[in-house]
Amino acid sequence: MWKFTLRRTLIMIPQIIVLSLLIFVLAQLMPGDALSGQIGPDVDPERLDEIREEMGWNDPWYEQYASWMGGVVKGDLGDSFRFKMPVSELIGQRMVNTFWLSVATLILTYLIAIPLGIASGRYNDTWRDQLITGYTYVGFATPLFIFALVMLWIFGFKLGWFPTSGSITPGLEPGTFEYLMSKIYHLILPALSMALITTYSTIQYLRNEIVDTKHKDFILTARAKGASESRVYNRHILRNSLLPIAAFFGFEITGLIGGSIFIENIFGYPGMGQLLVESITLRDYTVLTATTLLFGVASILGALLSDIILSIVDPRIRIK
Amino acid sequence: MSYLEVNDLRVHFPIKGGVFGRTVGHIKAVDGVSFSLEKGKTYGLVGESGSGKTTTGRAIIGLNNITSGKVMFDGVDITNIKRAKSDARKNIQMIFQDPYSSLNPKKRVFDIVAEPLRNFENLTRSEERKRVQELMELVGLSPESILKYPHEFSGGQRQRIGIARAIALKPKLIIADEPVSALDVSVQAQVLNFMKEIQKELDLTYLFISHDLGVIKHMCDQIGIMYKGRYVEEGTADDIFTNPQHIYTKRLVAAIPDIDPNKREEKRVFREEVKKEYEQSYNDYFDEEGLAYKLQPVSDTHLVALPEKG
Amino acid sequence: MSEKLLEIKNLKTSFRIKDDYHAAVDNLSLTVNKNEVLAIVGESGCGKSALAFSIMGLHTRAKIDGDILFKDKNIAKMSSSEFNKVRGKDIGMIFQDPLTSLNPLMEVGEQIGETLYLHNKNMSKTDRRERVLDLLNKVGIPRAEHVINQFPHELSGGMRQRVMIAMAIANKPELLIADEPTTALDVTIQSQILDLINKLKDDMDSGIILITHDLGVVAEMADRVAVMYAGEIVEIADVKTLFENPLHPYTRSLLNSVPNANSEQEKLHVIQGIVPSLQNLPREGCRFSTRIPWIDQAAHEEHPTLKEVAPGHHVRCTCYKHFSFPDESKEEQHVLS
Repeated sequence: MWKFTLRRTLIMIPQIIVLSLLIFVLAQLMPGDALSGQIGPDVDPERLDEIREEMGWNDPWYEQYASWMGGVVKGDLGDSFRFKMPVSELIGQRMVNTFWLSVATLILTYLIAIPLGIASGRYNDTWRDQLITGYTYVGFATPLFIFALVMLWIFGFKLGWFPTSGSITPGLEPGTFEYLMSKIYHLILPALSMALITTYSTIQYLRNEIVDTKHKDFILTARAKGASESRVYNRHILRNSLLPIAAFFGFEITGLIGGSIFIENIFGYPGMGQLLVESITLRDYTVLTATTLLFGVASILGALLSDIILSIVDPRIRIK
Repeated sequence: MSYLEVNDLRVHFPIKGGVFGRTVGHIKAVDGVSFSLEKGKTYGLVGESGSGKTTTGRAIIGLNNITSGKVMFDGVDITNIKRAKSDARKNIQMIFQDPYSSLNPKKRVFDIVAEPLRNFENLTRSEERKRVQELMELVGLSPESILKYPHEFSGGQRQRIGIARAIALKPKLIIADEPVSALDVSVQAQVLNFMKEIQKELDLTYLFISHDLGVIKHMCDQIGIMYKGRYVEEGTADDIFTNPQHIYTKRLVAAIPDIDPNKREEKRVFREEVKKEYEQSYNDYFDEEGLAYKLQPVSDTHLVALPEKG
Repeated sequence: MSEKLLEIKNLKTSFRIKDDYHAAVDNLSLTVNKNEVLAIVGESGCGKSALAFSIMGLHTRAKIDGDILFKDKNIAKMSSSEFNKVRGKDIGMIFQDPLTSLNPLMEVGEQIGETLYLHNKNMSKTDRRERVLDLLNKVGIPRAEHVINQFPHELSGGMRQRVMIAMAIANKPELLIADEPTTALDVTIQSQILDLINKLKDDMDSGIILITHDLGVVAEMADRVAVMYAGEIVEIADVKTLFENPLHPYTRSLLNSVPNANSEQEKLHVIQGIVPSLQNLPREGCRFSTRIPWIDQAAHEEHPTLKEVAPGHHVRCTCYKHFSFPDESKEEQHVLS
């Protein structure tokens, strides 16, 4: 077991190195640099070259990469060229925001997916199942950003039930109950919008697991023992179907990252996704590479988590 | 010189393990197996699951990599059959166990049977069609049915399609891996009869792999018994069934259910005796690792794995 | 005469195929006595497994008509909660493939313990553990204290089937249904499992229904044998009579088609044609008539029934009186070309 985890963790190292290289090279390939468009025509081009030289932008790419990585390892992500502050500081609060948004989304995703998936799988091919599968198809087909806009328009602007931007009502003291409630209040609409759409895959996955498990031979064995239908479901079918769902958890995280980029921008929620998009439009490379790297690492960690969970819950893997 | 000669064949599969997934050991699926086949005869390879009988068959035809040893076919070294002259690949064909999964369900019977022809022979479309129809007739299926798909046939018919494919190139040796294990008795009878018939007609040599001793006895002239990758005994059907020498063979033969209900008690007592003998003399027949010793001749045809004397 | 344990009366198990119900078990009647092994033989598709599943109430989408009387209670008409008190307790079942029939994510001990728990909720955990260990010992599993906490995939095929058996006999059932219990196993393991079943039968004094396609297993195990073809019993007799004096053409054909390690025969008998599918089953007249076309149609009954030809020996249809195998070589020609 620990061998497996250790091995799996070691595999991550080359993954992360390749990822960082890729991000770095892609950022280098993007046209322009942080100075483009920001400097008046009256500035001496020689001065610009001096700045570039000072910043090390004229060094060969591998030297730049090495100095960047050297910083990253020490926790120094460089300074934002735009905000004139260390990237780590800039990211700090936003990372916390994105983290809570993800947690809220995950909770809602499972709150929706588990009962619907179970109902759909247990009573498959009934009207109930068809209704739920219908919903998953809609969820699959609807683009997240359009759905989020509609949600924002209806519940934010038309009905005014939820705030339309930000992550907190200004002026509240951190640590107070009001502060916490306001945080949650700001989270609900973006998280729900995302959960309603992304949950379709978990519902379908759970449904298929249940339908599959239902036809396994050991279910017959359970019935032959005299177990009641509800016991057969709870003890054998559900338990065996939920385990793969637990393993799926890590991959949900990867999905969340993509979603949060849309959601945070639409809901004006100050998180990593919003920062990423901003840094692209502003050509703030240090921020861009840092956020992308963090998102990438989060995906890799998600996959790792999946594998570890699976190895814990499934004895067939655990024993090896 | 025998027709097929397998000499000290070994097939080892690496076991990966540890933090870096290094090879930490080997599974010795086939561990020094030697035997030879006479032309036009049927050689039976018997063993229980995990004995290495299937791996042996697959290694000869190149489906498993040979770790060491030598395979000679008709005087030609075919140990590395994939690189050997295509003649050998044409002349040795295989019939698989499961007629349900060994035929591609999306292909028509025509294409399934014609596939080896397309790989090895340059035939025009009409020649090809004629050959396939002839083959279908030979295996007792109507030539018109070549445009059907495998699922439209019964199990026995499917196995015949598998046989038609195997004999399309007029091979000289057929390796049959549990060809009737997935079939009902009456269908099994059909396939076995048919295999005997084409053997005479096409002068085929069979390597017949099976766990079913009844089938083996019915089909084979010579028999080899495998256990944990090694041979424990080899001999004619008579040697094996009426005069088994190795304790493992005795146990195997004793385990076959007798079709005569009157002999039930007799059989049970006999099995009990063999079991006792097996437990008592286990160390005389197997080495410290529980593997069989090298084969020693006890008669002209009969070889038994016994510790070397002295 | 021995005591009646199970009596099946006019059982009809039908499956729905394209809006129509087709009977896989067709108007079948049968009794099983205490302390006897009744073997049900037939080839795939004859309905033998459908019969076992009907007795155990394991069909989810089949229509079941007729009565199944277990100790004079009609289990076919019981509600599922009533029936759940019977199955697993008074009737146990062993399935064909012990690997897929055990829950892969549950420890062996828990799976056996569940059978105990379901029928005796008051049993304490420690008592249950003791009993599970007992059962594991009884079915010949070495190092039971270790195995109790293992998962099915950690055991060999033979050990898994022993676990299945321990589960089936946990509550000392009076009737044990074994559906091809050794088909997935090697011969040496098969003989051990069969010996175990035999031993348990003597210990528990229960009736066993043994479903198999293997005539060798039948000869070794059965007291009485029922031969099934196309959803019906075509012949039923005690085991010696069936092997020494088989009457129905299907029984005789089947016996002649087995390659036997103890006899020499160059050609095996081949039954002509194929087993008809459920939808294409000829339900009028003798169902086997299409497989023996050389027998005159007049030899068959119009509505064949099982008739007692000797005490305890029943045969369906009258065609057996006129049946003989055609000339071997001629028949082979016919079938093979």
